Amino acid sequence: MLDAAEGYTTADGRKIGGVLMEMKNITLRFGGVVAIKDISFDIREGEIRAIIGPNGAGKSSMLNVISGFYNPQEGEVWFRGERRPPMKPYQVAQLGIARTFQNIALFEGMTVLDNVMTGRLTQMKTTLLDQAIWWGKAEREETENREKVEKIIDFLEIQSIRKTPVGRLPYGLKKRVELARALAAEPRLLLLDEPMAGMNVEEKEDMSRFILDVNDEFGTTIALIEHDMGVVMDLSDRVVVMDYGKKIGDGTPDEVRSNQDVIDAYLGVAHD
Amino acid sequence: MLYREAGDFKTSYVDDSQTFPIKFDRWRYYAVLAVAFLVVPFVINDYWANAVLLPFLIYAIAAIGLNILTGYCGQVSLGTGGFMAVGAYACYKLMTAFPDVNITFHIIAAGFITAAVGVVFGLPSLRIKGFYLAVATLAAQFFLVWLFNRVSWFYNYSASGQINAPERQLFGVNITGPNTEAWATYLFCLVFVVASAWIARNLTRGALGRRWMAIRDMDIAAEIIGVNPLSAKLTAFAVSSFFVGISGALFFAVYLGAVEVGEAFGIQKSFLVLFMIIIGGLGSIFGSFAGAAFMVLLPVLLKNTLVGGLGWPTDLAAHIEFMIVGILIMTFLIAEPHGLAQLWRLAKEKLRLWPFPY
Repeated sequence: MLDAAEGYTTADGRKIGGVLMEMKNITLRFGGVVAIKDISFDIREGEIRAIIGPNGAGKSSMLNVISGFYNPQEGEVWFRGERRPPMKPYQVAQLGIARTFQNIALFEGMTVLDNVMTGRLTQMKTTLLDQAIWWGKAEREETENREKVEKIIDFLEIQSIRKTPVGRLPYGLKKRVELARALAAEPRLLLLDEPMAGMNVEEKEDMSRFILDVNDEFGTTIALIEHDMGVVMDLSDRVVVMDYGKKIGDGTPDEVRSNQDVIDAYLGVAHD
Repeated sequence: MLYREAGDFKTSYVDDSQTFPIKFDRWRYYAVLAVAFLVVPFVINDYWANAVLLPFLIYAIAAIGLNILTGYCGQVSLGTGGFMAVGAYACYKLMTAFPDVNITFHIIAAGFITAAVGVVFGLPSLRIKGFYLAVATLAAQFFLVWLFNRVSWFYNYSASGQINAPERQLFGVNITGPNTEAWATYLFCLVFVVASAWIARNLTRGALGRRWMAIRDMDIAAEIIGVNPLSAKLTAFAVSSFFVGISGALFFAVYLGAVEVGEAFGIQKSFLVLFMIIIGGLGSIFGSFAGAAFMVLLPVLLKNTLVGGLGWPTDLAAHIEFMIVGILIMTFLIAEPHGLAQLWRLAKEKLRLWPFPY
């Protein structure tokens, strides 16, 4: 087992740091239903961590625990070496945890630019009075944040749709705009809930490239849920496997692939 | 030919995010301002001021206020009439308690008092949404009107239960009271309208406006990206009520002069302002003006054509007028559910490409 402070080196030679987030014995119940049962795992600095499992395994619930949407009945969430008390989702966002959603959750009435700018809201601090006057502080803050946002727009290659209302965009682009909004917050930890759902092969390739580039260029730690096994095995450094709210496997893609529990529960018969 | 972006290059983000990015638009806006400030005051008469311009300007402020709450932040309110009454009565109490202070400060202070009251009645919005919130604000409407009717402290124990605006001056010119001149009251209201529109635009273009719109479009996603729903909704209620309070104060002090609360600030007023922003366009400052103009001008226009032009009896014309306004509102909403502001946007988009179809 790895030490908390020490990192490791991946197969492709990237250096992974110490523990960024640690889940300790998390149990989440909805009335009598146990969605997550006594699960522990960690996410390390700079790593791409996947959570997989069959439908209803509790993956999305786990992501919702990390992003503060649900507070678990038992267990502890540690972030950057400190125990995180129960928090509202907007407080978690201010800690530097951003996420995307399984079904796109963009602000349909706003343009792409405004949507991505909302990702900067945790960093924008001018008072109501300054904003009413606009000239000076508010305008300066707006411009500074616009510069950061434009870098992300360039990075994700969505310059041409900058001023288009989000409601008019096709599905694949919406997913990309949502990623842009999450990135705009410059998160320490980026959570992606099925980033590839409903995409064709080409769009999946694009999205995979963006995820790798984000990790590579900004050093962002990424935790993702995905159903496409090929994508998961290619992208991620380590994988957590869940089934019926329990953890049945944890390790590198190769380890997970050869784990008999995982094969039984999830992949069924090993084919190839 | 003039309405073009081509050749008008933006080299900074400040330029790129200005309110009127097209040069022609900018000049048109300056021209409208110049006419409003430099030409209209010289040609205005009492009829135009009282029948058209004053109500248009004052309702425009109320519509901007409600549009911030409903159009930008997505919180439906039926309490506008009640909040206008708060502005009016606050202004009246201040005017009689501090007769030496300038009327301008009284009106602004009335706005702040209304903002505070608005925050209190906005608290339920944290728990309830949509139609249910509308019902909660309806309670505010009835409670506030009842309060100003029953508690005689608010109307200084006058026998009639009315409040009357005492005579006040600004730069030696009468602004309120019986002996005002049309141009003075018009200019006074115009300054408030321009300032309100400018502030509203500034608030909605920046971080605060994005917080409001995020809450409107999807409140759960807004919370996940770091918007505190409590502060976003309450600031929307405060800013909205501030403008509505100012419009109530102007409506009482400058326009009507004497007010009986149930008559002037009843539930009809709440609906009137709500219709204005729905017809004008939710989430648009221009829409607030367009809606106010539509609802104020249309009845006047119809009355003049029916009574003056066609020579119909006044009572018949009044009934027909109601029917025509109602039918026009429905036609408008079916043809363009996003209001006059959307029609305006489409017209501008077409104009940009004219004479080519795309």
